[in-house]
Amino acid sequence: MRTLAANGKTPINTLEKGDSKLMWTVKEKLLLGMTTQEYMAQAVRNPFNWLLAVIFAVGLPIIIGRFAFGLGYVTHSSYDYPWGLFLGWGLFVMVPLSASGFMLGTTVEVFGRKDFKPIERLALLNGLLGYFFAVVFLQVDLGQPWRLIYPMFVSLGPAAVLFLVAWHVATYLSVQVAELVPAFAEWMGMPKLKKFIKSMIIGLTIAGIILSTLHQGALGALFTYAPGKVHPLWFSAPFLWFHFFTSSIFAGLCMLIVVSTICKKSMAWRCDANFTDNLDRLTLGLAKGATLALITYLVIKIIAVAHDSDWHYLATGWGQWFMLEMLIGVILPIILFTYSIRNNLAGLARFTALITVLGIALNRLNTALITFNWKLYQEIPHWREVVIVITIYALYIVTYRFILYRLPILYSWKESKDV
Amino acid sequence: MKVFNRRNFLKGGVAGGAAATLLSKSKDAGAAKSFGGYPNSMGVLVDLTRCVGCRSCEAACNKEQGLPAPDLPFDDTSVFEEKRRTSEGAYTVVNKYDTSKDHPLFRKIQCNHCNEPACLTSCFVNAYKKTPEGAVTYDPTVCVGCRTCMVACPFYVPAYSYSSVINPVVKKCVFCYDTRLKFGRPPACVESCPKEVLSFGKRKDLIKIAHQRIRSKPDLYVNHVYGEKEVGGTSWMYLSSVPFDEVGFDTHLGNQPIISYVKEFLTIVPMVLTIWPALFAGFHLLANRKDSKKNEKQSITNGEG
Repeated sequence: MRTLAANGKTPINTLEKGDSKLMWTVKEKLLLGMTTQEYMAQAVRNPFNWLLAVIFAVGLPIIIGRFAFGLGYVTHSSYDYPWGLFLGWGLFVMVPLSASGFMLGTTVEVFGRKDFKPIERLALLNGLLGYFFAVVFLQVDLGQPWRLIYPMFVSLGPAAVLFLVAWHVATYLSVQVAELVPAFAEWMGMPKLKKFIKSMIIGLTIAGIILSTLHQGALGALFTYAPGKVHPLWFSAPFLWFHFFTSSIFAGLCMLIVVSTICKKSMAWRCDANFTDNLDRLTLGLAKGATLALITYLVIKIIAVAHDSDWHYLATGWGQWFMLEMLIGVILPIILFTYSIRNNLAGLARFTALITVLGIALNRLNTALITFNWKLYQEIPHWREVVIVITIYALYIVTYRFILYRLPILYSWKESKDV
Repeated sequence: MKVFNRRNFLKGGVAGGAAATLLSKSKDAGAAKSFGGYPNSMGVLVDLTRCVGCRSCEAACNKEQGLPAPDLPFDDTSVFEEKRRTSEGAYTVVNKYDTSKDHPLFRKIQCNHCNEPACLTSCFVNAYKKTPEGAVTYDPTVCVGCRTCMVACPFYVPAYSYSSVINPVVKKCVFCYDTRLKFGRPPACVESCPKEVLSFGKRKDLIKIAHQRIRSKPDLYVNHVYGEKEVGGTSWMYLSSVPFDEVGFDTHLGNQPIISYVKEFLTIVPMVLTIWPALFAGFHLLANRKDSKKNEKQSITNGEG
């Protein structure tokens, strides 16, 4: 596509073809205004697609194997580690990295910071897809995925934390779909639909804040069921939910910085000036928000260690692992972010965001897998489990790219004059 | 630009409030006061000093529950070379422990049937039930297979039939509820024990018996009944002649039921649901006050003009 754009082809960004009154058909819009041959040719030219093809060639048969032969085929069938990488990565890492939707929704719609508008839709999409694929991961992990709606309608256990997670993720998914309907409505040419959603955007956004606060926290609270299993440095009955919630704030913001960087680098043809020219300023703005959340998180982490009186664990091997996680994932980002904001260095802020994202992934994997059962043995996931995680993540990237290429996320839709 | 007016504010407020009342009611169940167990629930007292490791209980359980035949027969003692745990094929196992005394001790493991079971409180489809007779039963027909109960169980008891494709379910001891306990009969393992290691009776009576045994033979027993208070009390309780951590028990579980650790989060749920809508609507009004002032002025000028 980059080559085509360089050759003077403009990507579709309005309902009408060029100067004529003719409308683009849905098929033309799906093919980005190219002929089928042109579209296939550019897809084959892209080396990243070849990588994806290899991943799918290996991974899809194994996913089929998971459903044909059961969980025992792809995992170690551990009774001691009932949750493996599917939830450790797919739920506990994906969900905080998708907090960007409610963060930017709040910033723009509730706090009225319209200057963040150019990146709001990307944040919403990042949220929606992250949650959607967390559910996909969950469906791979559940013993009987076809019973997913049981906690909603068949047999209710409302006092359980997971009940809250299930309901909130389901509701929040619909909220996020609604929040992204305007982009879809523009693309399809349905102005009334867009107006309808716009009329209730404040309600949707505030619902998003409530649901996010609770289910991000609830993911942490899930581990309060295992006080003896999670290492005390990662466990805190009163604070665990707050650790997960606060860290989801900077996790979402940093993931947004990372994703926007990838977009700018790999699909510049799709970004318009409004996005590209504002991105450095927005990156530093997001970095500022992330730094505040990081500082809050650091303080409340220290308070939790003090509250539970876990200081003596710091001298053990687990304690050094804990301090390494805090150093790389929290303290280093605070220093680098502060430096980049002071000196207006968007590039450094982008690099720092990547570290922070990796740091938060380490924190969640530490809680769910690595320090879990610290008194027992260490579980190493089955290789098929790893392949499935990579395959579904690749599927997530493909979906993400498919939508970014088409819907007005990175660019503004040009309204037709007669509408 | 969006103008915030009274109508929108009310709409948001009503929706938020309705959701709050709806959800917070159900959450109150989680914050209920501690339960402490049914008064007449049954239990089993396991006296480790009497067990010789004959594994009759394992065989009886296997037969009663219709479990698959094990790889090694039940009279094979080579299984004691490793520490086993409950699995989808064995709801109870006996392990051998070398202790500080001159002889090893054997310990039977099965579901301890907690008074306030962690599996039950963590289950989002209510598959578990604590019956008045004391058993913690499980309904496989509603289980989704999230396996939170296995994460929650402090004793590492529930197992999962991972090998099943169509109907994988949790596998654990149910106190022979459907076949025996319901009719007032002791579970199969208790009946099969030749050494009277296992005593079946009302839990409150068993606690008295346990303390009597300790009093009458203070040199034999350590002065602790494991399960009397651990994680809120369990229906199955243990007596031992060596400190309990020497025979594989987790002695750091505390006396609080597992749900008490979760309550700290459950109590904030109704607060977030009720306070957040007003708080953030307020933030919105504050943040946009300049815009609304501008609009007001504009409409006044328009009115004059």
